[in-house]
Amino acid sequence: MAESAEPTAAYVRIANVTKKFGDFTAVDNVSLDIRRGEIFCLLGGSGSGKTTLLRMLAGFERPSSGSISIDGVNMSTIAPFERPVNMMFQSYALFPHMTVEKNVAFGLEQEHLGRDAIRRQVGEILEIVKMSGFGARKPHQLSGGQRQRVALARALVKRPKLLLLDEPLAALDKKLREHTQFELLNIQQRLGVTFIVVTHDQEEAMTLGQRLGVMNHGRIAQVGTPSDIYESPATRFVADFIGSVNMFEGQVSEEGADFVRIQCGELGTPVRAERVLSQSRGATVWTAIRPEKIHISRRAPGGGPAGPPENAVRGTVREIAYMGDMSIYLVELASGKLLRVTLPNTARRGERPIERQESVWLSWHGSSPVVLTE
Amino acid sequence: MAVRLTQAAGRRLVAGIPLVWLLLLFLIPFIIVFRISFSEVRLAIPPYTPLISWHHGTPSLEVHWSAYSFLFTDPLYVSSYLYSLKVAAVSTLFCLLIGYPMAYAIARSNPSTRSVLLMLIVLPFWTSFLLRVYAWIGLLKNNGVINNVLLYLGVIHQPLALLQTDFAVYIGIVYSYLPFMILPLYANLEKHDPALLEAAADLGARPLRAFLAITLPQSLAGIVAGSLLVFIPAVGEYVIPTLLGRTDQLMIGRVLSDEFFENRDWPVASAVAILVLLLLVIPIMLFQRLERRELEAAK
Repeated sequence: MAESAEPTAAYVRIANVTKKFGDFTAVDNVSLDIRRGEIFCLLGGSGSGKTTLLRMLAGFERPSSGSISIDGVNMSTIAPFERPVNMMFQSYALFPHMTVEKNVAFGLEQEHLGRDAIRRQVGEILEIVKMSGFGARKPHQLSGGQRQRVALARALVKRPKLLLLDEPLAALDKKLREHTQFELLNIQQRLGVTFIVVTHDQEEAMTLGQRLGVMNHGRIAQVGTPSDIYESPATRFVADFIGSVNMFEGQVSEEGADFVRIQCGELGTPVRAERVLSQSRGATVWTAIRPEKIHISRRAPGGGPAGPPENAVRGTVREIAYMGDMSIYLVELASGKLLRVTLPNTARRGERPIERQESVWLSWHGSSPVVLTE
Repeated sequence: MAVRLTQAAGRRLVAGIPLVWLLLLFLIPFIIVFRISFSEVRLAIPPYTPLISWHHGTPSLEVHWSAYSFLFTDPLYVSSYLYSLKVAAVSTLFCLLIGYPMAYAIARSNPSTRSVLLMLIVLPFWTSFLLRVYAWIGLLKNNGVINNVLLYLGVIHQPLALLQTDFAVYIGIVYSYLPFMILPLYANLEKHDPALLEAAADLGARPLRAFLAITLPQSLAGIVAGSLLVFIPAVGEYVIPTLLGRTDQLMIGRVLSDEFFENRDWPVASAVAILVLLLLVIPIMLFQRLERRELEAAK
């Protein structure tokens, strides 16, 4: 193809790949292009097929059908030990009987490099992951974070064009995870390696990934930038999986040039949303509104004088969770449906805060609701 | 407080039972044998001189080295020792070569077949050891199964002399002791993380190279444990060489039994036993040192 010469063209091309284990379809007809030098996150729950897809890229599993090519080379018949790919394992899989230095040198030794060249490259990569002083230690003498760095160094020392990371931060505690995330980004940019990261942690995926692929039941549900996926989820699954969301089933009651009006029984008020897809009148759709995009106040929002206010509804506060930086309100509507609203705590001591059992108005901007058809 | 006391007592009891067991059934018999080895044979009951003799009311210690010096004057003993070590070493090597792939295959098989395979390894123990060795006589003798089949097929025209050879002893020992090699190796190999081999492959190692660099060094403790479990009893093996082996070259277990029952020379028999023990204590100590190192590394 002509576009393959461009720098942004697919570097890894996954074409109609299916993987079956007996009757179980782990990966179901997945097609995906990953660009050179990007960080691509495969995000999904357990059993979504993300790890199987990664293992097929590494060569540990063969696709039942479809093909994978890396840099234009079809990988179908290429064994794991011959692929230009390295992997960082979720368990790190460090060789327990070898020192850190030996672990990192292992990949270079397979290429029969000279001893000096190996020592120099091992030294360089340990420097990059800030593990220079630990070369003589065995894996069991290291902390979890240090092991993670050694695993990264071992996977990077051969300067692979493509690095596969299987839940790279899952075994680290929260503080260390945040710190390591930014370091991973830093190293990725320095070395210009293409990263494919598998994770079940959406926060990790959002901060690491330049693009995300959300997987569900062996299929790709949506591919896009983190903000694409958060703000414009394509399906109810994606909207629900990434972040939290308030979702209402409803029917399209009116179509304008740039808006649709949706009657949602549970909500008790029509929703006016931006028109994105063409929805015919009477069609069943789902309206999704993120909790932080709902305003909560004691007074009724300044709606139009005519008729009931649009995109506003009354409710009673049932629960308040104070999280420090923000508070989460669970507000019960007349229909009994609970709405989740988050509010940043912008002031240290503001006016009288909203309390439990108080009657409040909830409102949102017309651009906030996302209308989903599947 | 009371709970803690009973806990401490319980712990002492648990540790104490094996201690008493070892004391009664190992240490005391050893001391008796050790003591007999330093006496001389005599025609009496018991058939050896007492260690302490009384002359006009004063005790005197009588230590005789003759049993030990005798072992080194007659080449029969030295050659039996060396022969036993050789037979045990060669048998252990074959057990390892046969047992390692089997243990590896069992460790890699899926869990449902794994239990069946392990069962098959243990199954021979349900038949008496002696019977199984006798069965080998039926297979190996001149008009036995193997020779008859080969003669019938026309592969040979004269029966092969299989029985009463080193070959027969090796077959008997390897056959009998193979489970003792397989089980500790399996226990070790089963714990290996398959991700390590994947990591090795991912870093460019071909399967054989990955095996040599990752699996083999990590299974060292299993190799040593299995080898000792075969080697130690094989050195002192009595039944197999007596039934299947050569008559011109005895293993040390047979020599010991002959000294004791045929010659009724208890001191020499005891000295033989003590030297066999010394011969075996060294590899056991080596093993324990290795095991301790392994334990420290695993922490």
